[in-house]
Amino acid sequence: MSVKLNTRQVGDVSVVDVSGRITLGEGSSALRDALRDMVSKNQKKILLNLGDVSYIDSSGIGELVSGFTTVTNSGGQLKLLNLTKRVKDLLQITKLYTVFDVHEDEAGAIRSFA
Amino acid sequence: MRDPARHESETVERFLDSTLDSVDHAEELAVGVAQRAGFGEEDLLKIGMAVRESMVNAVVHGNRYNANKKVRFSVAKNTERFTIRIADEGEGFDYEDVPDPLAEENLLRGSGRGIFLIRTFMDELKINRLELGGMEFIMVKYMVPK
Repeated sequence: MSVKLNTRQVGDVSVVDVSGRITLGEGSSALRDALRDMVSKNQKKILLNLGDVSYIDSSGIGELVSGFTTVTNSGGQLKLLNLTKRVKDLLQITKLYTVFDVHEDEAGAIRSFA
Repeated sequence: MRDPARHESETVERFLDSTLDSVDHAEELAVGVAQRAGFGEEDLLKIGMAVRESMVNAVVHGNRYNANKKVRFSVAKNTERFTIRIADEGEGFDYEDVPDPLAEENLLRGSGRGIFLIRTFMDELKINRLELGGMEFIMVKYMVPK
């Protein structure tokens, strides 16, 4: 299964439910396009729910980082929600875990944008 | 120690097209052999990911998706070592020039983590520049952890 992205609005926070594989090709470019689209629409508060991401490779990690930079540089915030053990391990190995603001509870994550 | 009954040798070799489908195919082949070799779930994930990263390097950065160039892929296991070789026909690169992805100034780079992940997930990694052009990655997982 490739990646699926569903975006919903909770107050002024855009929550993107991501599922499937974020790997080089369709998966990573879909995520990149979605984030760029949100930035172009001036959406400043973005929460990526990665709870159903089954696989991520270095290209996918690169897209998370690039997305974080794009959103931050536009004056917005990008946060992560519900990391699977695999994604969490990869972010820790690559020393990126502390770069992102990571949450395990959606309501708390939404409140943290205020 | 893994199941000694599974310690027969096995070798798989393929010449793959320079496509992203080949990346998936190589990962499936390597994980299949690793499964038959008796590796557990965690090691299977690591082996699969190392193969994926190395194949992406060969297809994208080495052969640059060139339809006239192939990726030579092999998996071999014996009683001691599970060895994967992946070679491209590209122009080659000096891997020592690849920036350290863990350095503070490189943390927010969008790429450059592949080789680091392979080193992390495998017990050995050798990178050779081939005489006729191209790079070869030789990745080893020990059958009995040291």
